[in-house]
Amino acid sequence: MFQNSWLILLFPLLGFVITGIFSKKLTGKTSGIIASLMVLASFIYSATLFFQLKQITNSAISVDLFNWINSGKLSISFGFLIDPLSVTMMMIITGVGFLIHLFSMGYMHHDERVNTYFSQLNLFVFSMLLLVMSSNYLLMFVGWEGVGLCSYLLIGFWYKKNAFNNAARKAFIMNRIGDLGFIIGLIAIFTTFHSLDFNTVFSQSSHFISGEAIITFITLMLFVGAIGKSAKIPLFTWLPDAMAGPTPVSALIHAATMVTAGIYLVVRSSSLFVLAPITMDVILVVGVTTALVAAIIAVLQNDIKKVLAYSTVSQLGIMFIALGLGAFSSSLFHVTTHAFFKALLFLGAGSIIHSLQGQQDIRLMGGIRKSMPITFITFFIAVLAISGIPPFSGFFSKDEILAAAFHSSPIVWGLTVITSMLTSFYMFRLLFLVFYGSYRGDSKTFGKIHESPKIMTIPLIILAILAFAGGFLNIPVMFGGTENFATFLKPSITFFNDYNFEIPNHLNEILLALGVLLLIIVTIFVSWYIFVKKSVLPVSDSTNRGIISKFIYRKFYFDEIYNFFIIKPYQWFAEKFTSFIETNIIDSIINGIGSIVVFVGNKARLIQNGNIGFYMFVMIIAMISMIAGIIWLK
Amino acid sequence: MNILSLFVLIPVLTIIGIILSRSHNMVRWVALAGMFAQLVTAVVLLFAYFAVRNAGNTDAMVFYQDVEWFKTLNIHYCIGVDGISVAMIMLTGIVVITGILASWEVTYLQKEFFISLILLATGVFGFFISIDLFTMFLFYEVAVIPMYLLIGIWGTGPKEYSAMKLTLMLMGGSALLMVGLLGLYFNSSTDGHYTFNLLEIAKVHIPTNLQMFFFPFLFLGFGVLGALFPFHTWSPDGHASAPTAVSMLHAGVLMKLGGYGCFRVAMYLLPEAAHELGWIFIILTTISVVYGAFGAIWQKDLKYINAYSSVSHCGLVIWGLLMMNKTAMDGAILQMISHGLMTALFFALIGMIYGRTHTRMVDKMGGLMKVIPFLSVVYVIAGLASLGLPGLSGFVAEMTIFVGAFQNPDLFHRVATIIVVSSIVVTAVYILKVVGGLLFGPIKNDEYLSLKDAKWFEKLSVGTLVIAVAGVGIAPLWLSNTIMDSLTPIVERLSQVW
Repeated sequence: MFQNSWLILLFPLLGFVITGIFSKKLTGKTSGIIASLMVLASFIYSATLFFQLKQITNSAISVDLFNWINSGKLSISFGFLIDPLSVTMMMIITGVGFLIHLFSMGYMHHDERVNTYFSQLNLFVFSMLLLVMSSNYLLMFVGWEGVGLCSYLLIGFWYKKNAFNNAARKAFIMNRIGDLGFIIGLIAIFTTFHSLDFNTVFSQSSHFISGEAIITFITLMLFVGAIGKSAKIPLFTWLPDAMAGPTPVSALIHAATMVTAGIYLVVRSSSLFVLAPITMDVILVVGVTTALVAAIIAVLQNDIKKVLAYSTVSQLGIMFIALGLGAFSSSLFHVTTHAFFKALLFLGAGSIIHSLQGQQDIRLMGGIRKSMPITFITFFIAVLAISGIPPFSGFFSKDEILAAAFHSSPIVWGLTVITSMLTSFYMFRLLFLVFYGSYRGDSKTFGKIHESPKIMTIPLIILAILAFAGGFLNIPVMFGGTENFATFLKPSITFFNDYNFEIPNHLNEILLALGVLLLIIVTIFVSWYIFVKKSVLPVSDSTNRGIISKFIYRKFYFDEIYNFFIIKPYQWFAEKFTSFIETNIIDSIINGIGSIVVFVGNKARLIQNGNIGFYMFVMIIAMISMIAGIIWLK
Repeated sequence: MNILSLFVLIPVLTIIGIILSRSHNMVRWVALAGMFAQLVTAVVLLFAYFAVRNAGNTDAMVFYQDVEWFKTLNIHYCIGVDGISVAMIMLTGIVVITGILASWEVTYLQKEFFISLILLATGVFGFFISIDLFTMFLFYEVAVIPMYLLIGIWGTGPKEYSAMKLTLMLMGGSALLMVGLLGLYFNSSTDGHYTFNLLEIAKVHIPTNLQMFFFPFLFLGFGVLGALFPFHTWSPDGHASAPTAVSMLHAGVLMKLGGYGCFRVAMYLLPEAAHELGWIFIILTTISVVYGAFGAIWQKDLKYINAYSSVSHCGLVIWGLLMMNKTAMDGAILQMISHGLMTALFFALIGMIYGRTHTRMVDKMGGLMKVIPFLSVVYVIAGLASLGLPGLSGFVAEMTIFVGAFQNPDLFHRVATIIVVSSIVVTAVYILKVVGGLLFGPIKNDEYLSLKDAKWFEKLSVGTLVIAVAGVGIAPLWLSNTIMDSLTPIVERLSQVW
């Protein structure tokens, strides 16, 4: 069973090849069915692996298929590591991926390039699976780059619009900056451990003491990779722009799976990260900052997808807080629940956009809960989940992180709580503005608003069930649970020596959770008061804003700062500086040499003036000098 | 007869065949058939090579043949191959045949065009099989001279200027090379029985001070051909003016002669000097890699973009070689092959696009994906190979070089490594800029709406190259294995302490 786990990769690859090659012949429906079935097959296989893995004691199985690279000391096998961590990720990717494929069949059915779409989506699933299944860093990097490529292709899927292409390019290049860190980290790992294989590297890591410089360097570099892929400050601005892609793509790539690759990388390398306290602090700081900044920006966004995008950035920040605290399994638990409710939110948004014929501005929505009941209810469940209302899934995963934060530092805890409050505020703002009140768009289109077809609503319903119940995977001890999820993952993760896996005093923890819950409920009430009771609407873009409001609305001016300090000098260097060296220095020297030769030739030519007397004269002079020379030499 | 001499004989026969051909159609079929025979011979050679090695032959060079040529100067026609040359011959075989296919519709002085092209290929093949340095130099010149005619007659734009610039700069390189080769010759023996034979010279120890003197001549001489900064400016102008197949051959294989000569002659024969002076060239190639990538950003002409990109990638070849360990050097040779294939692919595509749109300016085109999807998709693949996407050839080569380079424990090499690695971001910028401007976005010119996609010979040409690029990327192992054994004596010699 484990030996054949390459089949999991084969299915989506086949889907990619079939729908890609026959993209002109297949109908959109057929290719959608093929692509979805391939992902479903992978899901079934992954689930089987999951149940098998639970039964055996030695829960990490290496599968080596063949030798991929063998160059001097560098030897890389094409192999997989099947352990609780990778199986968990595989199930998220294929499970949520399958639902999103189904949804896409409805969402994309009218698009002329629907076959290409499914082909690329299958390629994405393949690359993402490769990323989490591989048994060494290099192969993981292959998947890492593969998902980056698919992200690029799918963000720019509607390539006729230049703005979309620019968004795609921005995403790829920002990710490349992260990749640079990953590559340097990877090279440093090889230099230190003489291997890139996970098992070899991690088993050797115990020889290093905590805080050793090289480990700090490696982990920092890997974290740079994670920053790019998971859209953290300072490389987060690509993710909101990435919303240019089709909405199911945003759900799959830019919410549920690809952006969590950075977290996977850190958790996978946990045995290195626990040896680098400095890196862990950096992760914590980056996580807290990103979570808070993105949540603040989200409060004033008016594009439904942009709100969700900043919300993703913010939630990813919370996952990194967990990583920075060493609560690796809590982070992964939040990855899981987030995959459910954020995919649901995006698909819900897709369903709304589909129904409103492409409208994404929440100022032009409102009051559509009657016309789209299923979308409304499922969206509501997702909002409750992300806000952390028990017993919805987000409550459990977020509570774990808050508990870990509280034990580590009250400041981190406080900032995380503020982030959570902001989250529930903007999520309910979104919910109220979209579904409550009265319709603010073009009155002619109101009559056309309709619930989406079954192929789109069924995935919504399934995801809603998961978003509701996902938290029960890991019921904490304080509520009488057994922490199934954490226990299952434990073999894959190395924890700090002093990391306390179980917190002794449950009463404090329950009080803490209740306190946070109270704050969140108050926030929701405030949101309700503003947007439903008082029917306050976000101002239009032409209105003058106050300084702070403008600062937030313009996203802290991140793009402008990058443009001024990085892109402009970069362009200057490329255009002015290199062209100056090229044309004014190097080429003028070369052309100069050429001119000198021509000049000398022109002058020398005059010597041959056709006058025989002159030739005779030169000959005699030459002969005399030669004779003189010979005599002089002797 | 020795199989290697076929590589010189087949082109000569093909040229005779072309001269005797009567019709336009016959000329190109004869050229194609001849070069196909050449490719088949290359494949046969590959398997013969494996067979010989598996049979336990551990000679440095196999299929060795030595015929005396000029007795007085002890010049020999001496040929033989190791794994590296076999790999380079395979590369040349593939690029030449795809080049012939890409020039399927050349009409102006067609006979002469194909003769020059095949003559150029003969020079390249001859270079890779030579062991005698004199023969090697001779073939090198055979490859450079037709270039002048090909650019000057069949080129576009300021072709006379470009042809002249290219030829003179390469001739300048040859002059340096000549000095270096003579230096080797006159130090090849202590008893006055001088030789040009590479293997013989390797047996003597040339005094360090002489090594230090001649090394720059040889390295720069070959380096010019490998577009070493600041001797690279012939390359963009030359490529831009050259006809498609010539750009393909030039960037694809001729520039590889530079890298190949650098380690086969300069570094192998003068190892101490390579160690002592390597740092200068590491600095120059580091500049090449980064500068070439930046240079590609401000260009608007597709051929110039690719030419600067070649400066960057070929810089990486020599840079990798100078890291002087097995992994990095293996990567450098993989990079030669990878770059040869993908740059040939690029130039083929650029030629095909130019043939349709009659412009190479990126900002005048746009939205080609809609009208010529086949060529566009292949262009994207070529771009991805160039920016080092896994699964295609560039990635394996680059990663191997980077990993190998970082094995050098000192700070200088490591800082250089980090600088060079960072060029991958710049590469991504210019590749995506071109792909975005050329293929995506709205269609700027209504005339483009009626463009036709690739014809059979175009599909065959780029298809072959794509398969090769993907083949190297997915299964680099067989190529590495071919190269690796032959690298051992070179690396050993370089790591020897004198």
